[in-house]
Amino acid sequence: MSADPIDTRRLDHYVSTAPFDPYSVEQMSPEQERYFMASQWRMMWWKLKRHRLAVISAGVLGFMYLTILVSEFLSPYALDSRHIHHIYAPPQGIHLFSDEGFVGPFVYGYDYELNMDTLQRVYTVDKTDIQPIRFFCRGDDYDFWGLFPANLHLACPSEGGTLFLLGTDRLGRDMLSRILHGTRISLTVGLIGITISFILGIVVGGIAGYYGGWIDNVIQRFIEVLRSFPELPLWMALSAALPVTWSPILIYFGITLILGLLDWTGLARAVRSKLLALREEDFCTAAQLMGASPRRIIGRHLLPSFMSHLIASATLSIPGMILGETALSFLGLGLRPPITSWGVLLNEAQNINVVALYPWLMLPVVPVILVVLAFNFLGDGLRDAADPYR
Amino acid sequence: MTDLLNVRDLHIEFRVAEGVIRAVRGISFRVKPGGTVALVGESGSGKSVVAQAIMGILPRPAHITRGEILFADPRLPKTIDITKLNPESGKMRAIRGGNISIIFQEPMTSLSPLHTVGDQVGEAVILHRGVSKAEARGLTSEMLRLVGFPEPVRALDTYPFELSGGLRQRAMIAMALICRPSLLIADEPTTALDVTIQAQILKLIRDLQGELGMAVLMITHDLGVVANVAEEVVVMYRGEVMESGEMRDIFADPRHPYLKALLRAVPRFHMEPGERLVPIREIKSAGGKMLEATKEPWPAGADAAGPLLSVTGITKRFDTSGTGWFNRNRSSGGGVLAVDDVSFEIKRGECVGLVGESGCGKTTLSKILMRALRPDTGTVLYNDRGKIVDVLGLENDDLVAFRRKLQFIFQDPFGSLNPRMTVFDIVSEPLVIHGIGDEEHRRQLVKELMSLVGLDVRYLKRYPHSFSGGQRQRIGIARALALRPDLLICDEPVSALDVSIQAQILNLLKDLKEKLGLTYLFISHNLAVVDYIADRIMVMCKGRIVEVAPRAALFRNPVHPYTRALLSAVPDPDPDSRLDLALLGEGRASDPRSWPEPFTIDGDNHPGMIDLGDGHLVRATARPALLEMAS
Repeated sequence: MSADPIDTRRLDHYVSTAPFDPYSVEQMSPEQERYFMASQWRMMWWKLKRHRLAVISAGVLGFMYLTILVSEFLSPYALDSRHIHHIYAPPQGIHLFSDEGFVGPFVYGYDYELNMDTLQRVYTVDKTDIQPIRFFCRGDDYDFWGLFPANLHLACPSEGGTLFLLGTDRLGRDMLSRILHGTRISLTVGLIGITISFILGIVVGGIAGYYGGWIDNVIQRFIEVLRSFPELPLWMALSAALPVTWSPILIYFGITLILGLLDWTGLARAVRSKLLALREEDFCTAAQLMGASPRRIIGRHLLPSFMSHLIASATLSIPGMILGETALSFLGLGLRPPITSWGVLLNEAQNINVVALYPWLMLPVVPVILVVLAFNFLGDGLRDAADPYR
Repeated sequence: MTDLLNVRDLHIEFRVAEGVIRAVRGISFRVKPGGTVALVGESGSGKSVVAQAIMGILPRPAHITRGEILFADPRLPKTIDITKLNPESGKMRAIRGGNISIIFQEPMTSLSPLHTVGDQVGEAVILHRGVSKAEARGLTSEMLRLVGFPEPVRALDTYPFELSGGLRQRAMIAMALICRPSLLIADEPTTALDVTIQAQILKLIRDLQGELGMAVLMITHDLGVVANVAEEVVVMYRGEVMESGEMRDIFADPRHPYLKALLRAVPRFHMEPGERLVPIREIKSAGGKMLEATKEPWPAGADAAGPLLSVTGITKRFDTSGTGWFNRNRSSGGGVLAVDDVSFEIKRGECVGLVGESGCGKTTLSKILMRALRPDTGTVLYNDRGKIVDVLGLENDDLVAFRRKLQFIFQDPFGSLNPRMTVFDIVSEPLVIHGIGDEEHRRQLVKELMSLVGLDVRYLKRYPHSFSGGQRQRIGIARALALRPDLLICDEPVSALDVSIQAQILNLLKDLKEKLGLTYLFISHNLAVVDYIADRIMVMCKGRIVEVAPRAALFRNPVHPYTRALLSAVPDPDPDSRLDLALLGEGRASDPRSWPEPFTIDGDNHPGMIDLGDGHLVRATARPALLEMAS
C-alpha cells in the first residue's frame, strides 16, 4: 500500500494504446464455431457426456441390451436343460490354478450325496476332478431367436462335466443360463410398455394441453382418478383377468399392455404442462402471427422443444415397468413358464426356507437392481442435458 | 487514506463447453471511500463478471487466473485480498452483505415471493449484526423509510408481489444497505425500470450515498446514467480497460475510438434533421431486388380510400377474478382496464411512435392489432390497396391471408426465435406456411433477406444460440420481412439491446423503410429512440393516449404534464445537462388523478382529445392555458 494520500489525487486520464478492432467481438474461435453449428441433439450429447454416471449407466444398459440379441449363445446351457443329478447345486467358482499349477479356466467337479438324516443334498467340491471350461463349443441344442437350430455356445462344461456358475434350481436347471434368457423378456417388457405409454401420454396430454377448457378438465380428473388407485392390486386384478387359455407369448403382450396402459398418466401430465408453458413462448406467438396452423405449431415448434424432456422422463419410468413386471411375476400373476423373466425366476424364491438353504436363487435380484439403477442414473443425466439452451 | 477497493490486473476466464473464454483480461481500477465509480461497457464486456468477483459470487466455471482485489474497509482490521478468500468461507460471507452489498438488475426475481419484505430486508442485519428480531424490525422500518417507502411500518408485512416495480427496487436497495456497507455494487440497477422511476432510483442512490457515506460501484451500459451519477469512469471492452479517468475529463475529451463511438451511438434529443447515428459496427444492407419483384404494387388512388390503418375506440379490460372449477358463478366485477378507448390512424409510409411506460397498455394494443387478443369494443380497419378490410372480423383463410400484410418484430431477441431450428428454417418458415415459391426460390429469397439485414449467408446453417442479441434481432427482422408486409409493428425492438447495437438496428430499420416502402408502428418506452425514428408520436399512459403530435412539435412544445415528465427524465450523456432530480417528483407523473387541471382524469373528469392544430392533439377538458405561453 502506498502511503501517499490517494484520496486527494485526481485520477489520471488513462487511454488504452492497444490496437482497437470493433469487430473483434464478432470473431470466434474454432471451438465456438463448432458449438454454434451444433443442433439440439449434438449439444445434449455433449452435455450428457460430462455426466459420468449417466454415461457409465448407458454403457451398462447398452451392453445388457446387446446380450439379449445373443442370449442363447452366451448361456452355457439351453433354457430348459435339466440335470437331475445336480438339483439345487451351489455355484461353481472359476479357477485358473490347480494344486499342480496353471491349467487355464476350469471348475472343480461336485461329489453329490444325500444326507439321509436331514434329507439335504450335500455337494462337496472334488479337488481332483478338474473340468476345464471349453469356449466356442458345441453344447445344448437351441433354436436361435426361436428360428434357426444351432448349438454353438460361448462357453460349455468339459465333456461329462458341469458348469453351474450361479448354481441350479429345483429342477437342476442352470441359473446363469436362465438369468441370461430372462434378460430378454425383462428388458423388452419395459421398452414395449414405455412405447405404449409414450404414445398415449403424448396424444392425451397433447389434447389436454392444446385444447384446454373442459376437455382438459375431464382428462385431468380422469388421470387423477386413475392415479388414486393402488397400483399393485390394480395390476393384479387386470392380469388375473387375462384368459388362462392364452399362450404364454400372448400373456407377455397382455402384461406389457397393462403396464403401458397404467403408466401413461405421468407422461400425459408432463406433456400438458410443457405444452402450456411453451405455448406462451415468443417463438410460438411468432409462428401464430405468421399464420401457421395449430398442427404446424405443435409439430414444428412445440413437440421438438419438449421431445428431449419426454425422452428423459420416459427413461425414468422404464424402471417402474421392469419392477412392475417383476413384482407381478414374483406373485405368480405375471408371465408364466416357459416364458422366463427375472420375476419368473424370483417366483422360485418365494419360500423363506428355500432362500435360507439355497440363497443363489435370489441372484436374479442383482440384474433387476442393476438395470433399475442404471435407468435412473441415465434418466437423471438426460434430464439435466434435456435443455441445452438454459 | 487508502483506496476502499483496489482491483489490480484482474484476469478471469470461463471454462465452458465452447472452450476457454477470457472474460476479464487485466482490469485495474480503484474506488475511493465514499466515491462513485461507473464501470461502462457493452454486454459481454465482462463488467458484471468483475462485480461477481468482488462479491465472491462467480459462477462455477469461472476462474480467477491472475490479479488481486484489495478491499480496505476501515471497519476491518486489515486489508483483504478477496481473490485469496474461499468464496464459501465465513470470512467472505461476513464481507458479503456486511461490508459490500449488491443490487441486481431484476427487482422481480431478486426478492423471494414467499417472505414478507420486512423479513427479507431484516435478514441481513440479523445475520451480520446479531441483533434480535424486534431490533431488526425497527432497523428495517427505519431503512424502508430512508429508501422512500411511504408507509414503512405497514410495508414490513407486505409481500413483494403487492409492490410496484419501483418499490421493489427500493426494497432491494434497502436490503443491500441495511448493514450500512462501505461499498455498494449496483449492477444495472435501473435498466429494467421506466425512465421516470429510473430518475427516482438514481436520486435515491445518490442521496443515500451522502447520508451513509458509502462508495458506489455503478455498472451500466447507459452513458446517460454515467453522466448523471459518476465521479470516475472506467470504460471496458472485451475484458480490457479502454479508457478511464475523472467523469468530466472523459466526457469533455473522449480519446479512445471505442468511447468516441459509444458516445456517437446514443440517440439524443435535438439531433439535426437527417442526422444519422453512427453505430460502432456499421451493417451493410444489400439486395432487395427479389422482394421488390414479389411486391404487389399500390394502385393509384388507393390511398384515397383511407389511411393504411385506422383504429377507433379500442377498449380491453382484463378480468382479475378467478375462473376456476368452483368459482365459475362468481360475479366478475372490477378488472384492469388495459386499453381505454384508443383511436388513431397510421398513414401509408409513415412511422408512428407509441411511447409509454411499462403497463401502459402498449403491448396489449399491439396484440389486438395483430389479432392475438380480442378487444371488448372498437374497430380496426386496414386499407389493402384500396379495399377496406375489417381486421377484427377476419376469420380462417382470410385471416391467414391478412397475416402477410402485417408483421411483428418482438422485443426479446432470445425468446422469439425457436432455438431448435436453423436460421434458414426460421427465416423461410413464413414462406413455407404461405406456400410462396418453390424450394429453390425460397433459398434465393432467404439469402437475399439475410444480406438485406446485413448478415452473412454462411450463417444460415447455424442455430440461434450462436448469435448476439443484435444479430438475432436482425434474424427476426428478416423473418418479418419475408412475407413482404406493408405494415410492421415493432414492439420495443431495441430495448433489450446495447446502445451500440441499438443504433445499428435503428439505422437498419430506417434504411429498410426507405428501401421497401414500409410503414411502422414503433413501440418504445425510450423517447430518445422514438424521436430518432418516428415521424409522429403518440404518448400513452394508463391505457389512454394523452398526446399525439408530429415529432418536432412534440419535442418543441410538449403540452401534457406526462409528456413533459417523460422528456425531462431521459438521462443525457452530457454532464452539463444533468437530470433535475428534485423536479421529477415522487412517482406522481404517471398518476392521472394528480395531473393538474385541465388534464386531471378521475371520477369526475373524463377529458377528450383537443386539437391544437397541425396534428397536435392532447387529452384535456379545456384548451390548456400553457399553450399560449409556449407558442
